Amino acid sequence: MDTLILAAEGPVNPVIPHTSEIILGLVAFLLLLFVIKKFVSPRFEALYAERTAKIEGGIEKAEQAQAEAQRTLEQYKEQLAEARAEAARIRDDARAEGLQIVEELREQAQAESARIVAQGQHQLDAQRAQIVAELRADLGRTAVELASKVVGESLEDDSRRRGTVDRFLNELDAVAAPASK
Amino acid sequence: MTKLLASGSEFVAPGVKDFFLPPIFGSVTKPMVLLVLSILIIGAFFIAATRNLKVVPGKFQFAAESVYDFGRNNIAREQIGAKDFKPFIPLILTIFTFVLVNNLFGLIPIIQFPTMSHIGFPLAVSLLVVYPVYHFVGFKRHGFVGYLKHQTVPPGAPWFVLPLLIPIEFFQKFILNPLTLAIRVFAAMFAGHLLLLVFTLAGEFLLLNGGLTVIVAPVSFAFAIALTFLEALIMCLQAYIFALLSASYIGMALAEEH
Repeated sequence: MDTLILAAEGPVNPVIPHTSEIILGLVAFLLLLFVIKKFVSPRFEALYAERTAKIEGGIEKAEQAQAEAQRTLEQYKEQLAEARAEAARIRDDARAEGLQIVEELREQAQAESARIVAQGQHQLDAQRAQIVAELRADLGRTAVELASKVVGESLEDDSRRRGTVDRFLNELDAVAAPASK
Repeated sequence: MTKLLASGSEFVAPGVKDFFLPPIFGSVTKPMVLLVLSILIIGAFFIAATRNLKVVPGKFQFAAESVYDFGRNNIAREQIGAKDFKPFIPLILTIFTFVLVNNLFGLIPIIQFPTMSHIGFPLAVSLLVVYPVYHFVGFKRHGFVGYLKHQTVPPGAPWFVLPLLIPIEFFQKFILNPLTLAIRVFAAMFAGHLLLLVFTLAGEFLLLNGGLTVIVAPVSFAFAIALTFLEALIMCLQAYIFALLSASYIGMALAEEH
């Protein structure tokens, strides 16, 4: 108070502090300090902590994603390799199977052809035997007719005729058999 | 201030009396009002800025963060060290903004009075806040005798200079530091404001009361404007130095070795 009176009265020494100003300065400063300490600083520090956490969390997340991607890639590559091996195996199997089928078909075809050939042979033999039998009968009759014309003697008598022809044919066979051998 | 010129054609240089204007009402003076205004401005600014903080800051939050980071990282962490600086952030930030805003009042039109040119205000901060704080944390950290030894005996000094060194160090650390801290900003603000007054009032006087001297008046005003820019720099610088030295004293008190 007395300093204020001094100030009002006239020249004062500016280096001498006024008590009221010191008190007011202190109170005002402490008030501001309280506000900043109580409300401002903690909020900023919390924000900084959150920001740091977010950045670190982001980095961690990115690393996780990268690892995940790497794992997926490896899995994919593995599957691809498996698929390739599988495809190769299937191709080999198919090729072997194809070969087998071809072989079987060939065998079948050969058997069939052999069978056809055998059947043909058989038919030929039968036909030949039939023809031989027919020819033999014809030949006998023709020969008898010829001989009866030549000899003039009837060979009507059946039993005699048969005996003659048989004898002739047996002779013929005896002659032909060694020749065909 | 216009009264000075009304007294006649004689130029009366501005002086100490211009710093002690009559009270506005009761015993409340202009600097007192300004001081209260300053803490309202700073408090409102920071509370508004921190009400809804976002991880990705907007423009306003970015501005507030810049101020906070300046006090936190550039002053407190640099001077006190990354290990101990956290509890002192509010103190350093308060000192910096408090001194800065009160200094800048000297430039704002109509207000135009640096509160810190009244020595009582800086002295309150330095002698009653910074001084007890740094000695308190020092005593707490090193013990009574340990701290006295830590502060007054520089390591590596030869024994025969100690009788001379110890009183000097003691005088500096326990008496001078808080006083110089306050006087530095007080003197800078006082002198700066006085300079501005001289050039502004002289310009006004030359313009109103002279014949041919009118042509010199613009020179005086030009100087006043140039000095205003210089003052702006000094005001910021003084606030920075005040906060820096406070942090430095705390840092030295806490340091393990010099």
